[in-house]
Amino acid sequence: MDHRYTGGMRQPDPFDTPGQPVAKRRPIRGASKKKWGDGMAGVGKTHGLEAHWRAGIDIGGTFTDILLLDERTGASWFGKTLTTPDDPARGVASAIAQVLQDANASTTDLHTVIHGTTLVTNALIERKGDRTALVTTRGFRDAVEIAREHRYDMYDLNLDLPRPLAPRHLRFEVDERMRADGSVHTPLDMGSVEAVASHLREAGFGGNTGAVAVCLLHGYANPDHERAVGDRLRTSLPGVRIALSHEVAGEIREYERTTTTLANVYVQRLMEGYLDRIRDALSASGSPARLLLMLSAGGTATVDTARRFPIRLVESGPAAGALAAAAHGRETGRTNLLSFDMGGTTAKACLITGGVPPVTTEFEVDRVYRFKAGSGLPVRVPSIDLIEIGAGGGSIARVDRFGLIKVGPESAGADPGPACYGRGGTHPTVTDADLILGYLDPAFFLGGTMRLDVKDAREAIRMHVAEPLGLTIEDASWAVHSVVNEAMAAASRMHAVERGKDTSAVPLFAFGGAGPVHAAGVARILGSREIVVPYGAGVGSTIGFLVAPVSFDFVRSYYTRLDACDWHTVAGLLATMETEGRNLLTDAWVNPGDVKFAHRAELRLVGQAHQVTVDLPREALDALNPGHVDGARAREAIQDSFDYTYRALYRRSAPPVAIEAVNWRVVASGPVPVVALPTPVAPVPMGETLQSGVIGVDQSPRSQWGRGPAGVVRPVAWPDGSGHGAKPGNHGRRGGWVWIDTPVVKRANLRTGVPAILGPVIIEERESTTVVPPGWSVSVETSGALVIESGEALASGRDGTSGWVGRDARGPASGEATSPRNVTS
Amino acid sequence: MIDPLTLEVFWSRLIATVNEQATSLMRTAFSPTVAEAGDLSACVFDPRGYMIAQAVTGTPGHINSMARCIRHFLDACPPETLVPGDVLVTNDPWKTSGHFHDITVVTPIFRASRSSTESSGPRASISPLQGVGDTLQPGEMGWGEAPDLVAFFGTICHVADIGGRPFSTDARELYEEGLFIPITHLFRAGVPNEELLRIVRANVREPDSVVGDLYAMATSNDVGGARLLEFLDEFDLPSIIPLADEVIARSEQAMRDAIQRVPDGTYRHSLTMDGYAEPGRPGEPDREVPITLACTITVTGDTLHVDFDGTSPVAPRGINVVMNYTEAYSTYGIKCALAPDVPNNEGSFRPVTITAPVGSILNCQPPAPVAGRHIVGQWLPAVVHGALAQAIPDQVIADGSSSLWITQFSGSDDRQSLATGGDGVGGRRFSMVFFNSGGMGARPTKDGLSSTAFPSGVRGVPAEIVEARAPLLIMERSLRTGSGGAGTHRGGLGHRLVIRADGITGDLRFSPFFDRTRVAAPGRDGGHAGGLGDYFLREIVPSDPPLPPLRPHPKATTYVPQGMEIVMDLPGGGGIGDPRGRDPERVVADLRDGYITQPE
Repeated sequence: MDHRYTGGMRQPDPFDTPGQPVAKRRPIRGASKKKWGDGMAGVGKTHGLEAHWRAGIDIGGTFTDILLLDERTGASWFGKTLTTPDDPARGVASAIAQVLQDANASTTDLHTVIHGTTLVTNALIERKGDRTALVTTRGFRDAVEIAREHRYDMYDLNLDLPRPLAPRHLRFEVDERMRADGSVHTPLDMGSVEAVASHLREAGFGGNTGAVAVCLLHGYANPDHERAVGDRLRTSLPGVRIALSHEVAGEIREYERTTTTLANVYVQRLMEGYLDRIRDALSASGSPARLLLMLSAGGTATVDTARRFPIRLVESGPAAGALAAAAHGRETGRTNLLSFDMGGTTAKACLITGGVPPVTTEFEVDRVYRFKAGSGLPVRVPSIDLIEIGAGGGSIARVDRFGLIKVGPESAGADPGPACYGRGGTHPTVTDADLILGYLDPAFFLGGTMRLDVKDAREAIRMHVAEPLGLTIEDASWAVHSVVNEAMAAASRMHAVERGKDTSAVPLFAFGGAGPVHAAGVARILGSREIVVPYGAGVGSTIGFLVAPVSFDFVRSYYTRLDACDWHTVAGLLATMETEGRNLLTDAWVNPGDVKFAHRAELRLVGQAHQVTVDLPREALDALNPGHVDGARAREAIQDSFDYTYRALYRRSAPPVAIEAVNWRVVASGPVPVVALPTPVAPVPMGETLQSGVIGVDQSPRSQWGRGPAGVVRPVAWPDGSGHGAKPGNHGRRGGWVWIDTPVVKRANLRTGVPAILGPVIIEERESTTVVPPGWSVSVETSGALVIESGEALASGRDGTSGWVGRDARGPASGEATSPRNVTS
Repeated sequence: MIDPLTLEVFWSRLIATVNEQATSLMRTAFSPTVAEAGDLSACVFDPRGYMIAQAVTGTPGHINSMARCIRHFLDACPPETLVPGDVLVTNDPWKTSGHFHDITVVTPIFRASRSSTESSGPRASISPLQGVGDTLQPGEMGWGEAPDLVAFFGTICHVADIGGRPFSTDARELYEEGLFIPITHLFRAGVPNEELLRIVRANVREPDSVVGDLYAMATSNDVGGARLLEFLDEFDLPSIIPLADEVIARSEQAMRDAIQRVPDGTYRHSLTMDGYAEPGRPGEPDREVPITLACTITVTGDTLHVDFDGTSPVAPRGINVVMNYTEAYSTYGIKCALAPDVPNNEGSFRPVTITAPVGSILNCQPPAPVAGRHIVGQWLPAVVHGALAQAIPDQVIADGSSSLWITQFSGSDDRQSLATGGDGVGGRRFSMVFFNSGGMGARPTKDGLSSTAFPSGVRGVPAEIVEARAPLLIMERSLRTGSGGAGTHRGGLGHRLVIRADGITGDLRFSPFFDRTRVAAPGRDGGHAGGLGDYFLREIVPSDPPLPPLRPHPKATTYVPQGMEIVMDLPGGGGIGDPRGRDPERVVADLRDGYITQPE
């Protein structure tokens, strides 16, 4: 395990440093800290008395991250190891073994392993799944190819559309027809099913090959025919994987339901093999631990559920990241925050309100044009609602025909990687720009395990950005850095707006390798005044695994006007979904008494096409008890909830139009683990301790430069107007930014209780670098997170403490300082 | 001159602003064509009326005609007469996008005068959200003496109904096509124009939906305006005019550069479409009135002129096109071929000029009927592409089905079922419109896309949604084998759609808007033509002896007799290049998947 690093035991008392003057310590806003496992009653108890460790494991493209937690003491251990692409299960087993050894624990101490994987996404993108066929209603085998008859780009006539997972010669029709209300128009002809079965046999389906999606028109309204087709095919074609659309995604809209069902069955065999190997590896290691899988919607599920519905795991990694942000926010009293995860290839943002990440059922995989909405296959499974854009450290910068700088979505990936990796990459990337601007240390990338080559970075920027635009290399790098910030901010804001929310004044929760480098720039554009960089930012997602409850989402379509609704039907649907949920969760070791349900309806005004998801209020649920249904009361309560939600979303009351329901949902969840967040515990070595007086809040602005703890400073590019930091000897002024000799400190040397440090300062740790601009300050809160606050939160009276980029962005071409007010000159 | 970085930042922000505006409209709109099919547009203009950004959505017929509409609003309501909280509206086909169903709403955006707030630190944004729709008076909104007009936001959306005949090409004059709303106030200083709303409600079949959409449009303009004001405040910009000038100048230059790369010359092309054929009297064949669309493109240096001289005169039914719409689809076709990545704004329009003879079907005058103007207007990209193919063949696609096959159904929904929205009694009036698309023409290096809208930008509606909303059954939606024109690069396939009534005791009223049933999409450079479209009614259960299919006119409203179903065969796209030059592996794959039955 070359890339391991560890945390260690958490301090028993978070309020350390007694006697130290604490200039700016954030009060703990959350409730009193709890130990791991408080909320896990019904999980830990049922499983060996001695076992008290939980592990979260995230397998990414490059790294496998692991977080181990001792529920008894609250100690946490991190590990990071290279992914073993040939057999990821092997990497999982060795990661667990290694981290247990570090923690001086044995495999028998481990009671739960929670796992997330990109296997499903990768299989779909690389088209590595099973040979897959579709069985559908007579007349509709092409519906999945005709799709929505839509070009996702209005002007590009050379665009490609996503290929269906089942080619046309493997799409078959059976004689049957349901109506929208679930009544039978044409009974199922079993002869036509048998004919399909023999076609499939001839095509080689059976034994160890082949998958079939059964998606019949209006199967969501009446699944009888789908079930009958499925039963017959299972009998006729043993070994073939079969998925029924009403089980995978029981929602109206045949195209989306079909693509989802196809995607599910396409990866099923692959997922089964993978899960078996992991389970085998676990038991071979002698661990009694049970395995839970992270779902895209932020819950966990058993291996059996994951085998049946692998598509539900499609976004499990990013979902865990958002979940970690939400958990951290709940812990520290920040129930509203923007989770900002910037890695090598993409950035993901998720707006969390009320301590809970939002969930959507609109998701696309395998986008033909990466990140372009509409260019992928729609997948209707619940997923944490986040936006992902092609802006990461490896994103390539170029100059377009308008002489504008564009960044991404093309990425240099890990191979060849950014130019500065020195592996043959010649295209300039965001990482190259960040390196030239001084944000990254060429000698301390990944903790010094990898050297970055500034010369190569400069050459790439010179050739592809600086020269075409007549800029200096530094100006060009500055522009690349700023453009990518702007793109991420625009995407985050759009994400929020589409959900009727506002990003301004919401703290930014930054993680991922590049997140803490760019967070301040993004925060400024969004109007955020606070940035939180959690301890273990580089393995942030794994924390999410450990705070996810066992959970599963159910949906049934019942399309009806509320004023003409058969409320007995609704009560029946909800009760059925609850029963299924309770069974699923008790199979996952949750005590039946601990199962909680959330009930939702997707409602809209008659005539509208977009639904509003409304939580069914207690009043309505009482009125929908199957024993004594009170339709009038249920309707009234649901209408009130709809009106309230609509107003909140669109700032306007709904017009007086009848309301209709489209889908009914039940989410069944086990207890949410109540956790204390991992915090750094390694004692700070004497002599490297930061002392107030070296870098401290009380210092006059000019006195701090050049006197870093070990005298470590380097020139770093900061926005012009940072003013006070510029001094003779700096590289001087360029358009829109200045070089400032900036202290560089190791994160391990920062500790809770040390007075806030004024920016500019660069904080380095193994997997990331945190950038604190002039006018912002940074302190360490008891959770171990770095908290960076804008100048407005600090003592006033210093110039240039706010609005540190955009207002002074000015043109190198203009030669001298001009304000945007004079941009026409 | 704004430096590239600042410009990129500002420009992206403007585009994000109009995208937010469009998203807000899609989520709150009632008309299914807006919310389900995406038939809408949203954009921002500077105070001079120059369009500077459009949302990345919508459909070309809206966007480009909206760029032209703003000057009419300014003529009718000069800026000095506008006050905060005003919202303007019209559906004047000649001033906006060509038929009554498209309503345009324009909102002027103001902010407090600089002088009145200079002393009080940073100016507070005046959120237009505080104004429209509430009962606040201007004084209460905190405006100073003379607020500055900083921008206009505009949206167009296709409403569910506009009175007159149900949506069809049947009218012989404009007055039959519904309610005409000249440019007027939808809100005056934040107060709704109740007289107008009462007139609208009294005239349309779905008043809640139409009035709901008017409100949704005003709200979406507010959302855009609020975001723009935040942007101006954040960067302390007094005006967007310098930014507009920069955006327009760069787009104009890029468009001129693109035109410059087209060899100078004059390129002529003409196409014949089915047009409107008068149904024959009983026992007589239809009286054909085919339509010729002729264009002459003149490229001189960095300017391009399109003239439609030689085009047929106005038609007797509602398929006539106003000049705004002619300009919209012509410039769209040119931009796709020459400069797909140049943003659409005032600047990209400037180097291109369009003329059409007054009184021709492409420059019709009131009271010519216009409801189905898309049938002809959506052919214009194919017409200009045909001319441009002579100059830049590698940038131009072959002809496809061109116009959308729009289907409009209405009648009485007698389904008793509560699950399908019935009230348990039956007899609910229903109106359902949806769009269908045939194949696109082959691309210079790729096959054409099957069953994909071009040039329109709208979507199809799922069969399950159609059937849940209307007493219809869609019995088949399948690709038409062999309908893609053969070629080195094959044309896209059309599809067959079979629709019948299910749960209607009365008549099913059906208005089709179909073309290419007589003239197939031609191939290019040795490529073959795409499959011809077809439309007929046939017996669901053949009687003995079977009745021959009925062939109603493809553009005339018909009542579908009981026991019959509608069959629509949508046309395919033309191919490019000799079919014998096609990669043999692709021929084998086409055979295996049944896109063709035999190699050409």
